[in-house]
Parts: sequence; C-alpha cells; structure tokens
Amino acid sequence: MAGTLNDTPAFSGVDEEGVSAATGRRQRLYVLTRVAQMLPTLLLILLTAFVLLQMAPGDMVQVLAGEAGGGSPEYLASLRQSFGLDQPLHVQFLLYVRNVLSGNLGFSFRNNTSVAALIGARLGPTLLLAVAGLAIALLFGVGAGALAAIRRGKALDQWIGGVALLIYATPGFLLGIGLMLLFAVKLQWLPVSGFADSYGVEGFWPYTQSVARHLVLPALTLGALHAAIYARFTRGAMLEIYGQDYVRTARSKGLTTRRITVRHVLRNALLPIITVVGMQMGSLLSGAVLVETVFAWPGLGRLAFEAMQQRDFNLLAGLILCSGSLVVLINLAVDLLYTVLDPRVSHQ
Amino acid sequence: MQTPQFTHALRRMTLNLLSALCVALPTAAMAQTPVRGGTLVVVSNPGEPAVLTAAFNQQGAVAAISTKLFDGLLHFGENFKLEPELATHWEVSKDGKEIRFKLRPNVKWHDGKPFTSADVKFTFEEVWLKVHPRARSTFAAVESLETPDPLTVVLKLRNPSGVILSALNSAEAQILPKHLYEGTDIVRNPWNVKPVGTGPFRFKEWVRGERIVLERNPDYWDSGKPYLDQLVYRIIPDATARYAAFETGAVQYGVLSPVSINDVERVQKNKNLQVEYRGYEWLASSNVLEFNVRKPPFNDVRVRRAVAHAIDLGAMVKVTARGNAKPGTSPVLSTQTRFFTTDVPSYPYDVKQAARLLDEAGFPVKEAGTRFAVTLDWLPFGESYLRYGEFIKQSLRRVGIDVTLRSQDLPQFMRRVYGQNDFDFIVTHRAGFGDPQIGTDRLFWSKTIMKDVPWSNGSGYSNPAMDGLIQAAHEAPTEERRIEYYKKVQRQALTDIPNFTLMENRMYTIATARLRGLSTGSDGVYESLKNAWLAP
Repeated sequence: MAGTLNDTPAFSGVDEEGVSAATGRRQRLYVLTRVAQMLPTLLLILLTAFVLLQMAPGDMVQVLAGEAGGGSPEYLASLRQSFGLDQPLHVQFLLYVRNVLSGNLGFSFRNNTSVAALIGARLGPTLLLAVAGLAIALLFGVGAGALAAIRRGKALDQWIGGVALLIYATPGFLLGIGLMLLFAVKLQWLPVSGFADSYGVEGFWPYTQSVARHLVLPALTLGALHAAIYARFTRGAMLEIYGQDYVRTARSKGLTTRRITVRHVLRNALLPIITVVGMQMGSLLSGAVLVETVFAWPGLGRLAFEAMQQRDFNLLAGLILCSGSLVVLINLAVDLLYTVLDPRVSHQ
Repeated sequence: MQTPQFTHALRRMTLNLLSALCVALPTAAMAQTPVRGGTLVVVSNPGEPAVLTAAFNQQGAVAAISTKLFDGLLHFGENFKLEPELATHWEVSKDGKEIRFKLRPNVKWHDGKPFTSADVKFTFEEVWLKVHPRARSTFAAVESLETPDPLTVVLKLRNPSGVILSALNSAEAQILPKHLYEGTDIVRNPWNVKPVGTGPFRFKEWVRGERIVLERNPDYWDSGKPYLDQLVYRIIPDATARYAAFETGAVQYGVLSPVSINDVERVQKNKNLQVEYRGYEWLASSNVLEFNVRKPPFNDVRVRRAVAHAIDLGAMVKVTARGNAKPGTSPVLSTQTRFFTTDVPSYPYDVKQAARLLDEAGFPVKEAGTRFAVTLDWLPFGESYLRYGEFIKQSLRRVGIDVTLRSQDLPQFMRRVYGQNDFDFIVTHRAGFGDPQIGTDRLFWSKTIMKDVPWSNGSGYSNPAMDGLIQAAHEAPTEERRIEYYKKVQRQALTDIPNFTLMENRMYTIATARLRGLSTGSDGVYESLKNAWLAP
C-alpha cells in the first residue's frame, strides 16, 4: 500500500514476489535483533534505577511510620525485616533481578499487593489516554501546522503560531484545571474527573460511554500540549520541502495545489514528524503525570509519582521496567513505520 | 410615603428573612425519620489508602475508610464521653489495676463467623503490641489480657493507666478476625486489602487509583442500620479537582479538610454543601515549631523564648490559615478539655522583649541588622507548611534572625529530622490522639528520643524534672491525679519550650446538605456512618 500512495513506486516489475519474501525475512530478522538488543538496555535501565533509588534519602518504613503518626524502634525494625530492607544492597538487587527473570515483578508492600497486578490495572487507562492524546495532538498539530505552512506569512499563520506558543507555554495542570472549571463546573457538559461514573453504570455500552465522556478533558489537555509542538514542527518541515526541486517540477507539471500539498509536501514532511512523535512518546507517557493527577485518571504516571514519594522500590522498579519496555517498543514501531511510509528506507 | 431606599431596604429585609427560613428548613428536616437507601460518594482523603485496616496502619485515609468496616470496643460521644460499641459494658476496679469488658453478644464478622473475646486477645497480643505504631506505649501498663469466657475481656495492669480507655475506639484500636490472621505475616496478610470486619459496611471492591466500594452489612448488630446502601470512595489527588467535584455534586462527603483553605469560603456560600468543624477533638491537629536543642543557637532557652515572642500567632492564623485555626497556647489543645490548662507561661507577641532576650543570649545585632542565620525545614504535607514557614521567616527577620527555608520530600524530611538530627528548627504537624500520654509525651520525654522514629522527640529535649512528671502521670493512682500531672507537664513544657504550638487547626468535613445523621462525637472524623442518611 506504500507504493500506491506514492507517485513513483520504488519497486516495479522485477520479480515482486521474491523481493517481498526476502524483505519479509529481513524484516523479521531485524525485529528479532532489535528485541534481543532490548534486554541489555532494560537491564541497564534497571541497574541505574536501582542505584538512583537507593541514593534517595529515607526509606518506605519511615514514610509508613510518618503517615501512621509515629512508631517505636521495634515497630520500624519489624517492618524493615518484613520488607527485606535489612538485607545488604547487592543481595536486594540480585534477589530482584532473579524475581524479574522468573517473571515475578515482586510485591508492593505499601499497596499490599503484587506489582504486576498494580501495573496491569493501570496500563489500560494509561495507553487509552496516551493514544487519545496522541490522536488529538496529531490531528490538530499536523492540521494546524499544514495550514500555517500553506498560508505562510498570512494572518492565519500568525494566529496559529501565536495560539501554539500560548498553549506550549501554559503549564499542563493549569490548562487542565482551566478546562475542568469551564466544561465541568461552569457548563457541566462533562464529568469533573475520574475514569468512569462512580456507580450505576451497568453493561458494556453505558460503561464505554461513561469512560469516553471522562476521557475527553484529559485527552484534550494532554493532546493540546503536544499539538502545539507538532504544529510548529509540521510547519517547519513543510516549508523546507516547499523549496525542493521536485515540488517545483510538480508545479510545472500543472498539478493542483492541493495535490502538491498533500502528496508531495505533507507526505514527505511526515517522516521527520514520525521521528519526533517517536521521541515524544516517552514524554507523552511521563507528561501524563500532571494530567492524570488533575483529572484523577488511574494511570501509570500517578502510580509512579506516588511510588517515588513512598519509596516503594519494588513498584518503582517494575514501573521503570514497564515504561522502559514501552518506549523501546514504540521506537521499534516507529522504525518499522518508516518503511511503510517511505519504501526507500529498508532495514539491513 | 416610601423613599426608594426604604423600599430597597424592605425588600432586602424580606430577602434576608426568606434566606434565613431556607437555612432553617434543613434543620427542621433533620428531625424527620431517616430514609433508607442511596449511594454516598465520598472522596478518599488524604490520597489513596495503602490498606483497609487501621489495626496497624494509622494513615488518615486508612482510618477514614476502615472505621466503616470495623468497630472499636468503645467509641466517643460528644465531649469525649465514652460510649459502648463492641463492648457493651466496662468497669475499672477500685485500685485501678483491672479493666473488665463485657462484649456484645451475637456479633458476626462479615464472613459469618462469630466475634468473641479470642479475637480481642489475638489482636491485642499479635497486632497491637507487635505492629501498631503507638499501642506498645499506650498499653505499657498491661501485664496480661485474660478471656475468662467468649464475651469477657479482662486487662490486668501493673499500675492504673487512664490512657487505655482513650485508645479503644475503632480508629486507634481496630480488632482483626483471629481466624483470618492467626499464624500469618500480619502486615502482608491478603485480607488487609479486602478486609473482613464487624462494622456497618462490608468490603465490595477496590479498583486501584480509582475507587473503593463498600456496601451495607445486612447482618450488622445494630439492626436496621446502616441507612445507606453503598459508600463509594473516590481517589482525587488534586485539591482543586476535589473542590470542583464537591461543587458539581460528583462527591458528597469528605473528611480531614478535603478542599484547600482558600476554597472553604466558597463552599460555605454554596447552599448545597455543609461544612462541619466538629469531630476533630480526638484527633487534636495542630501546627508546631520544633527546635533542635542539641546545638546553637536553639540550645539556649532564651533564644527559643525570643522566637516565640517574635511571632504574632493571631496574625499568622488570619494570614496563613484564613481563620481556620486558633492561636496555640499549650502542647495540649483547648479542645482536649479534660487536660488543657491556661495556667502556663505565655509568650505574647512582643518584638522588644524578643530583642532583649536575644541580646541577653549573646546574639547582638551585627551589620545589615542581622543577629544570626538559621534554616527552617517545613513538613512536606502540601504547600500550607511552606506558607507557615514564609510567615515565620518574615516574623523573625524583624528581630534580626535570618531564616532560609528548605524544601524536600517526606522521606528526606523524616530522615533529616529523626534520623540524622541535621536541622535547626522545623514547622510541622502534631496529632494529639485524644490523650496527652499518646500525643504529648512523645515530644517531651527523654525516652522518646528515638533514632529514625517519625513524630518522636526530634528536638532531643531532655529534662529530669519533665521525665519525673511524665513518669508520675503514667503511674498516677487516679484519673484526677493523672490530669493534675499533665497540667504540670504543660507548665514545664512551656518553661523549657523545646517546641511550641503555633496554631490549633480547625479541620473540616464537607458534605452535601442532603446528608443527615452525621456523628458529632469527639472522633466524628472517623465515625462509622451507620446513622447517616441522604434526604431525598
């Protein structure tokens, strides 16, 4: 399908089947290599995380005793022993790695439940918010950026640039609270916060609708911040391509402006945008912390923030592993997407 | 002839009268018979609980939810009056060395097993004495707990101990089911997150990060109660979002000051919401300035007194707490009426006196009008403590003390203050927990200088005279004598002033105006909600 979108398909004629079979093998090999390369990366992430976490002053037992309004030395010692915090550091690390390799992410003492269960429950909402946020960011960002590029130097361009700058400069939580006060408190069109209605939603459709209504404001907040970045970036990338020789050629061929803009300019501008999206995914996931906090969205970011504050090392290490894997996987997906968008790119 | 102004005034009077009537109406409705049914949406505050039993985890959100699931032996009515809960009757022997409890018959755990004295004995020995943060010192006088029959519990004491009866409510001493906890690692028992209690509500589900649902316990011993079908606790981390949720009716009840002080006035103006200040007397929340008396400059009592004179507590209450507090006078709060005394040394706002004391202590004004520089660490329980810190910084600048404010997160703060004692002074929180033996001793007793233990005697203050008074209070033969000793403790505390109460917090509960039947007992913040109902 990549070929049909392009005016000049990269592969034509010569033994298409043989080539695509070879490409398929290469592709698989490439993916496998990349996945294998993930493992040392993740181990390194884990080690760094562990060392950094151990350097943070104070431990979970102090936090627990602090929240509980006090304690005796015996109480603290019994908690430490129960959590394994009385073991030497390298023992703690080796125990942890052994657990992870056997597929066990450990136990969150603070939450009294397994780390895998905690992360599993939050993964869905996080991905939902990230995907919805990304969709909004791309839709508005690329759309507005393309418009600005077409109307370069005109009033519309300046408007888009101004609004993008304003949104980009607004702290995420402020934008979120502003939207909440307007749409949820003043106009009462949308729910204030949370993932779904507190009670009374039975069945699949009512529940989906409830979640969708709750998703609008957080996704809009998250999306708007990133849309601003994409808008600036799309505009820049497109303007650069407008100056290319093949655009002039296309113009002299007598193609319509629309066709030139969509097929020749925007399509080619998408490649660098995809790169930026890939790189921004990490910050989209981490930037969700503020949005999740403001809108009480039960996502991973909030879980990570709380785990850090509680010094819940097992949970934090699990979260770092999980988000590390996510980022590595997304980067892989982006690399694969290049070949789809641009057949000239192939993985050797 | 009527002037327009007069008509206007008349109209305003009518309006006032009407609105007064509107205010009076809900009060009249309170006399109505309770309505059964309905779901109450509650905001979990502060934050999401770690577990759902306060038997060993005393965090505020844990206590707030678990007190609906569990009962205590006793509970508090208004003015600290003890009332029966799981114990129907209790009796202190003449010599004060024995407390005998008669337990309520036919009480069932949520899983249908009977509740007996064996549960009390197990929880006392294996939970409270081993993993409860404060119970070891509360029950220090207990020699043994005996259970002559399934409905009798007898505490044998080495010496009379008045504190014990103040610590048997469901917030401070929850009883766990022996059949589910015996022989397990208590702190990691899986029932901690899906608890089985005896209370008016039972556990239904917990969606982490989102909501906790409790439903009516149909077999509750107080038959016919509770009135509500369901409690849904929602987790809303952001204070403004919590306010918005109250404003739109998305949540209907929240304790422990669920919205920021800046939003309380707006809540008070909202006809659909009510603000309740009662129910926090047992908790006795206050903000405190604590000095590190191990090192200069605060090892000198004159410097500590000077600081107390230099801070205008009345202004501080107005500026930093918007009046939702009362200037502090003693380490025991005025709401703890039995123990509180005003017969203590006081430090009225007096900059000149502060300056004199500092001169005397050998800290003259040097160049740039400064005497010395110190660092103030504020408790990272939200931004309010930073505000208190800023007020103190400005106050002390007037007497030539240059204060630097230092920020850090909670584990770091705990380690700095209680682990390494590496601080000058701190602005922090203190809970009184109903009895000075629980809430006050820990700041003044030399035995409570405990490394790494949060909320202990971080000042490092130690005075044999004070130790003697505290020891005497613990062993006082009668409650009257115990109270007398605690009044002396307050006098000694304010003479040596290793720390002092800046303000007595007026914490608040916010609820929809439709919610009736809330407890006004001294521990109402942690009530069971069994009498609560929603007016249609």
